[in-house]
Amino acid sequence: MENYEYIIEVTDATVRFNMSTERLDNLKEYFIKLMNGQLMFQEFLALKQVDLKVKKGEAWGIIGTNGSGKSTLLKLICGILKPYKGNVAIRGTIAPLIELGAGFDSELTARENIFLNGAVLGHSERFMKEKFDEIVDFAELRDFLDMPIKNYSSGMAARLGFSIATVVQPDILIVDEVLSVGDYAFQQKCEARMHGMLEKGTTLLYVSHSIESVRSLCNKAMWLDKGNVRMHGDVMEVSQKYMESF
Amino acid sequence: MGKMIARLNGFYCYRHLLKQLVQKDIKLKYRRSFLGYLWSILNPLLTMAIMVAVFSNIFRGDIQNFPVYLIVGQTLFNFMVEATNMALGSITENAALLKKTYVPKYIFTMARVTSSLVNMIFSLGAMLFVFIVCGVNWNIFMLFIPVIILQVYLFSLGLGLFLAQSTVFFRDIRHLYSAFTMAWMYLTPIFYPITMLPDWLRTSVIMFNPMYGYIQQFRMIVMDGQMPGGKMILIGFSVGLFWMLVGTWSFLKTQNKFILYI
Repeated sequence: MENYEYIIEVTDATVRFNMSTERLDNLKEYFIKLMNGQLMFQEFLALKQVDLKVKKGEAWGIIGTNGSGKSTLLKLICGILKPYKGNVAIRGTIAPLIELGAGFDSELTARENIFLNGAVLGHSERFMKEKFDEIVDFAELRDFLDMPIKNYSSGMAARLGFSIATVVQPDILIVDEVLSVGDYAFQQKCEARMHGMLEKGTTLLYVSHSIESVRSLCNKAMWLDKGNVRMHGDVMEVSQKYMESF
Repeated sequence: MGKMIARLNGFYCYRHLLKQLVQKDIKLKYRRSFLGYLWSILNPLLTMAIMVAVFSNIFRGDIQNFPVYLIVGQTLFNFMVEATNMALGSITENAALLKKTYVPKYIFTMARVTSSLVNMIFSLGAMLFVFIVCGVNWNIFMLFIPVIILQVYLFSLGLGLFLAQSTVFFRDIRHLYSAFTMAWMYLTPIFYPITMLPDWLRTSVIMFNPMYGYIQQFRMIVMDGQMPGGKMILIGFSVGLFWMLVGTWSFLKTQNKFILYI
């Protein structure tokens, strides 16, 4: 096993989207456009030459205004998006919490969704059976287990999603502004669990608009602005500058 | 080669997801219906009964044991149509999941084709019922039936992968394909004998409609008590594998762009 210095290495990454102003999803339009030589997409760069190097055990907060590319960066690291240019290297297991309940099917009950979401994260049914009680107890949802997820409130779904994703200790935990829907007590509980994981050596990437919680969890921070890195380094310095920019 | 091994390894890691997705499809299909899974058997029986009532007067002289002839063709063809139609929407309809978690995308297509397979295996119950009622002679070659089903599965999965990725870029495919399957059904001897077709059409159906070959293999075993010829089986597998190649190749080539279009 080679010993790499960085667990996450994003080098010079650019992510390009086609702006959906002219969506060509039918054949007729496509051919008309093709004939007229108008088959061009309005390009939009969600991230521009972003570098991020994270060492094992570090906790990075990613801050920036809406639409600055925070979620895009996390999706890039999870492997959901591929960079248009540049490289992304990940050396470890990832537990992604990009919008909780992403792996839920709204028609299925909570009980069935625990197994489905577990499988999305790569866990076997047997493993999920062993951990079932732990998940339900952490989420405090035992009374609602056989209710379809479509009847859950967003806070309840967030509870369930968080407890499933954090049932194993991942090498990298990615949390994208998902806890804001939970109540105060649950947010505290989640932060405590994340602190516990950090102590055991998990690397954290954390997106939040609450500068307070970024400061309490993270030791490093990156400030994104319209796809560019404005600043990165110590969490206090970066968040200070970020707050001053308003 | 290394890439290939990494892919197979990735598939192995996500086999639990495949199982969960198939279970989900089957559970949700009949949830809250009173008769539940029984519909998988009742539905083909009802369709068959109607078709027998409609067509048995027209083709009475040409086909012996018409209900058996019909249900074999109907079961295999419906499996292919259901599997490919489900596969077609597998990427666009799972957009929510694909945008937020990383999972190999073909798992969704594969899960849908596989849940159609499970569904079809239930409906073999209906077929069995018809065989018993119509007094089909049991024979050793019937053990070959799973191999025929495997050929149809490969063919449907390949075609399904191809359709799934094209639908991401052109949503029109869904509507086009439903008209296409309609024509396809009439060009497959499901409820009429192939001898009824004019010569030129008959040769084209034999040449270009793989479903004819699969159904024919099945009927030879059940109705004539004969093992299908080696050439027929070889062609059946070749067509299946050819579509698997086309499907996989087109899917892998375009899959990184899916996220921008769903």
